[in-house]
Amino acid sequence: MDAEAAKLLGAGLAAIGAGLASIGVGNVFAKFLEGALRNPGAADGQQGRLFIGFAGAELLGLLSFVIAALLIFK
Amino acid sequence: MAAEAKVDPMHQFAIEPLFGSGNWAIAGHNVAFTNSALWMAIATLALVVFVGGGLKRETVPGRWQMAVESFTGFIDNMLATNVGPAGKKYVPYIFSLFMFILFANFLGLMPLGVFGVHPFTFTSHFSATGVLSVLSFSIVLIVGFAKHKLHFFSLFVPHGTPAAMAPAIFVVELISFLVRPFSLGLRLFVAMMAGHVLLEVLSSFVISGGNAGPILFAVAGLPSFVLMVGICALEMLVCGIQAYVFALLTCVYLNDAENLH
Repeated sequence: MDAEAAKLLGAGLAAIGAGLASIGVGNVFAKFLEGALRNPGAADGQQGRLFIGFAGAELLGLLSFVIAALLIFK
Repeated sequence: MAAEAKVDPMHQFAIEPLFGSGNWAIAGHNVAFTNSALWMAIATLALVVFVGGGLKRETVPGRWQMAVESFTGFIDNMLATNVGPAGKKYVPYIFSLFMFILFANFLGLMPLGVFGVHPFTFTSHFSATGVLSVLSFSIVLIVGFAKHKLHFFSLFVPHGTPAAMAPAIFVVELISFLVRPFSLGLRLFVAMMAGHVLLEVLSSFVISGGNAGPILFAVAGLPSFVLMVGICALEMLVCGIQAYVFALLTCVYLNDAENLH
């Protein structure tokens, strides 16, 4: 396998990370909704924490996108 | 069959000097007025007009004043919940940061291409978002060291850490602290870039599907078009969320600097 093909394969493999991050982001919102429906009174106060969790989960997916982009274009 | 139309999804991020300013230089550094700078200026102008229109200070606010006040109230509330009373003095900074990023993201998504003006999303460049995040990070550092002096380093050893674990925890916390400006800028830039690349790729499916004949257009072009409309709506959500997350994380970091923990 030459280096170019290996690079593109690596970029494709990095896309798995983006897919896994989507599970993480889904989990963050699903758990929030689960808790919010049980105690709607406390839900509004926790929105900041919801988005901090979302940002953390999303960042890891975006990092795999960066790695894929670096492999393809660099 | 029509000639193969090659759509380059990265072309929209190209930075070009405008108005023949390509060789402007100060002390050997090129300071050309680029399309990025132009859209930054437009975003600033739009922001000034928006906020200026709401500064009438009427007792019974009109619609415009209400819109501006709901944004300031939103930021005020965000700082009050995340930083506490000490956060009041950061309202102007967080408000400018949030609104600038929000306007930039939305301006980049405007369908102005229909009129021949192609908007440029400068938040899709790390050089722009990186400067914003370094600005936030240096405010955190300056406030932290000015307020707590060298005691600021206790941020890296949380309360109740066993003495044996302290050196390891210190290193881990230090790394997580130093990565913050990168993750802050990277998140915004990659989210905006990925969204715009996705839209461009989908639009190339529509165009080359249409060029390849009616059957392929019906099978690939039309579904892509419908998907593109949906993704556009999603991108508008992402624009808001990313601006919000940037402002929120800046608040959280400011809280560390103000109150330690």
